[in-house]
Amino acid sequence: MLRCGYALFWLLGSVLLICVVSPVKGEAVVTHEGSHLKLSKSSHSNESQHGHSSNATGIPIISFKWHHVETSYLVAFWMIKEKKKYILPLANREVIEANHHVTSVIPESALLICFGFILGGMIWAADKVQTFTLTPTVFFLYLLPQVILDAGYHMPNKLFFTNLGGILVHAVIGTCWNAASLGLSLWGCQMGGAMGDLDIGLLQYLLFGSLMAAVDPVAVIAVFEQVHVNDVLFIMVFGESLLNDGVTVVLFNVFDAFVSLGGPKIDAAEIIKGIVSFFVVAFGGSLVGLGFGLLISLLTRCTKNIQIIEPGFIFVLGYLSYLTAEMLSLSAILSIVFCGMCCQKYVRANMDENSVQTVRYAMKAFANGSETIIFVFLGISAIDKVIWVWNTGFILLTLLFVLVYRFIGVFFLTWILNRFRLVPLEFVDQVIMSYGGLRGAVAYGLAVMLDENKIKEKNLMVCTTLIVVYFTVILQGITMKPLVMWLKVKRAAVTEVSLLEKLTNKMFNHTLVAIEDISGQIGHNYMRSKWKYFEENWMSWILMKPSARKKQDQLLDVFHQLNLKDAMEYVTEGERRGSLEFVRNENSIIDFKKKSESESFDINNANISNDHGVMSNTSRDPIPSVSLEMHEQTMKAVREAEAINAHHLLDQHLYKSRKQHRHRFSRSHFDINRDEKEVQEIFQRTMRNRLESFTSAKMGVKPPKTIVKHTQKEQQQKMPNGKSMDKAKTSYSGDEGSEGDSASGYDQSYMRATYRAGAGIENPAFMPDLDPMDLLQIPPWLAESELDSSMVALSHRAQVGLPRTPSNLRRLAPLRISTRSTDSFTLENIPDTQQMDSDQLPPPPPPRPPRDDGYV
Amino acid sequence: MGALQSLPGRPEYSDLAEKTGFSFEQIGVLHKRFKQLSHNEETLRRDHFNEIHDLAFNPIRAQIIEAFFDRRNFHQDGEGKVQEIGFEEFVVVMSHFRPPSDHMTEEQREKTRREKLRFLFNMHDTDNDGTITLEEYRHVVEELLSRSGTLEKETAKCIADAAMLEVASISVGHMEPDEFYEGITFEHFLKLLDGFEIESRMTIRFLNMDTTTLCK
Repeated sequence: MLRCGYALFWLLGSVLLICVVSPVKGEAVVTHEGSHLKLSKSSHSNESQHGHSSNATGIPIISFKWHHVETSYLVAFWMIKEKKKYILPLANREVIEANHHVTSVIPESALLICFGFILGGMIWAADKVQTFTLTPTVFFLYLLPQVILDAGYHMPNKLFFTNLGGILVHAVIGTCWNAASLGLSLWGCQMGGAMGDLDIGLLQYLLFGSLMAAVDPVAVIAVFEQVHVNDVLFIMVFGESLLNDGVTVVLFNVFDAFVSLGGPKIDAAEIIKGIVSFFVVAFGGSLVGLGFGLLISLLTRCTKNIQIIEPGFIFVLGYLSYLTAEMLSLSAILSIVFCGMCCQKYVRANMDENSVQTVRYAMKAFANGSETIIFVFLGISAIDKVIWVWNTGFILLTLLFVLVYRFIGVFFLTWILNRFRLVPLEFVDQVIMSYGGLRGAVAYGLAVMLDENKIKEKNLMVCTTLIVVYFTVILQGITMKPLVMWLKVKRAAVTEVSLLEKLTNKMFNHTLVAIEDISGQIGHNYMRSKWKYFEENWMSWILMKPSARKKQDQLLDVFHQLNLKDAMEYVTEGERRGSLEFVRNENSIIDFKKKSESESFDINNANISNDHGVMSNTSRDPIPSVSLEMHEQTMKAVREAEAINAHHLLDQHLYKSRKQHRHRFSRSHFDINRDEKEVQEIFQRTMRNRLESFTSAKMGVKPPKTIVKHTQKEQQQKMPNGKSMDKAKTSYSGDEGSEGDSASGYDQSYMRATYRAGAGIENPAFMPDLDPMDLLQIPPWLAESELDSSMVALSHRAQVGLPRTPSNLRRLAPLRISTRSTDSFTLENIPDTQQMDSDQLPPPPPPRPPRDDGYV
Repeated sequence: MGALQSLPGRPEYSDLAEKTGFSFEQIGVLHKRFKQLSHNEETLRRDHFNEIHDLAFNPIRAQIIEAFFDRRNFHQDGEGKVQEIGFEEFVVVMSHFRPPSDHMTEEQREKTRREKLRFLFNMHDTDNDGTITLEEYRHVVEELLSRSGTLEKETAKCIADAAMLEVASISVGHMEPDEFYEGITFEHFLKLLDGFEIESRMTIRFLNMDTTTLCK
């Protein structure tokens, strides 16, 4: 079965690859003739080295496989060949990232470019000639797709589609406006004689304008990532930069075609063709991307048996979508963006958690690497005598126009958009949007692709493009953060996952939809709910595993997350108390009486109030005389020796009780957890034993210490209790005598319970939680694996300690609030577990506390 | 009930427009919708709402419909439920979802915010005692999650409980040992949803255009 699956997917993948790779290679050679030489050369050498073995066998499947491997070999080989080029930039990035101090002021992209300068200078000094340049083929076929795929795959879809209108307007109309205005103004200036004698016609200017128009996603991400502006602003800039890449490339191709046609031959029909091709290219690219996205989703739906290679599909097919679009001369960038956006939801739902993680990391790694290489190469490219053709007028005017028209375009379009937007974009947002118009490697890549035969001033254009790129990425990048601060742009709120907020949000959406339904309006919410309905009923059904479909609810996600956090804080809390409580309680003994009288607890004494809470529980206990008895004993047992005794006694019982119930362990159905539990249990036991024997032998302090601190804690817990009982002693005196024996039994259970509350790692206090006996009670740290095994795993806190009625909150609230964290909530289990434990103890305490106490 | 006797002309509209902030066109559209829903009667009853096709999929349909019949949402001081509502009440309830206008003082903004939140609060607080008790909240959450199909009732309950406990920890810093958290008061509610840009999010674009023919 497994093998069959493998073979099937290899076959499928290789067939696809064959379909795509061969024509693409041909096509690539045709379109980027000059620059592709290196690549085709290396591929030839590759084939000559590795090709024979596969040809000799002649079995089709193997030859298919070869094709599959071929690309990767090619890439890998090429990477090795260019090792010198790539290791260095990456190492640089390491250095930069280690230096957070610097990156907080200067964005990484700017720093990387500067490193590029230095590197370029070194190379220049050594070789006296610029050997390394960023060729368009390398850039467009190998570096860019990774960055864009990452952007698409991690796109916040909801945000994107909510603002799709605005993004599209900016991306399409804004880009066209930028291109046209820049081209026309430069042409006008040349006519006016501002730039001296240049051999550039109107069409060439427009071509130049179109390549300068694109806001670069790579640069934008690099800068905005570090600035944390609000979501809407970010998605506007980022979405625009992504989509307008597609637009620019299309525009560039159209104008390129026009330039090669020559001015006189262009008539209305050609222009209309150009416009039509623009739309075909853009929408076609998006459709190809969507198609591949759906394909990926479908594939991951049935890769249950081949989890190891499923992450590969995302990359291979994502890349294929890029190449396919490129091959069909559609917009490759749009294609890969939409591919990533389309598949993300289903991929995440369908694949194994590990695979999802792998994809996420690998994608980030690739994107990061590519980004680094791109920026460093932008820097290196500067050190080249050939391209530096200085024309002050041209360069400065281009810079000026790029900036000014960006501002005009953004403000004008936003002004129009704001009349339709529910929440208008504010003035400062618009300023940042305009200022965030960074140009980057796409512009440079396109500029290098210009044909020297058709455009005489190619070098001037490349040089100008580089300067614009440096200016925007370095200067604007550096000033972006101060500007954001200065203008007080709304920053992204640091949102904590709050269940309430999620619930309210959900409620909200439904309410809005309902109101739209009732009022008969067709708005965003209406559309969204319709889409959601369709998506849930059809798309998910087809593209998602049945098992994954059930886990879709985001609410559940948050719930799980909270539980996890709960568990973690539970552990740390225990640790903290285990190690620090001793110190704290010294003070608290003195303060305690005061505290119990005065109504306000302060935060520092949260612990005390916690104890107070426990105390108030016990004071309601029906058999308080018992605890009084124990209290007096422990009062005397301040001396360590007795504490040790008590501890040992306790320990023995605890140990035995666990052993007794061992057989139940095997009956549990937690197949996954069982082993882990056992291991943990054994580990803890042996550790504890060792610790004890070690410390008592050597220092004789440590185990007593923990005991002392707990007994002390008990003291205070019981002190007021005891006090109050002192007054009532007469009435209980009879009980005391008769329950002498049972008292100790109960007390042990009580002590144990309190141990649990203030547990440290090295003391056995956590062990009761591991007790496999109560299946209901899932140890918090196992909660995660629990989630996997059961469909809806209830949290620790939900399962055990939840108040069934509001009146129960009365008892629990002080406990939790006193520790001032949501998650010490688990502490509320104390009363319950206490009772449970008392049942398990070998000498079952006759005065068994009524069980219903916990569940009033 | 303040229902309008006949198809109102502009003068009647102007009262409403002043009261709710809708434009004449919007009121006209809403009036048409009202007539459509009520089958040309003067008042709307609950079954009229139940007939709305698209609403059938809404998990919190009951809460929303109740909100329309809740006197607290009519900008009057009354409380309790009514059996039928006229056009005026209909529009007033709708006006809770009007987008905030561009030129608002901070005070006005705060006021709209409070009003919107009050509406939401009232949807939870069914017995109108000023607090959302755990029972009430649980009920809403159960309804809310009832349509997703995969979550059991028990889970919904747990989620509601967890959320409530969260609320207790956020809104009340510390408590006396014998105190217990009764429920979310409106003040707490305001505080809890502080980061929630409700004045801009709880809005619907009311078109001047008549789209009622398009939806059933």
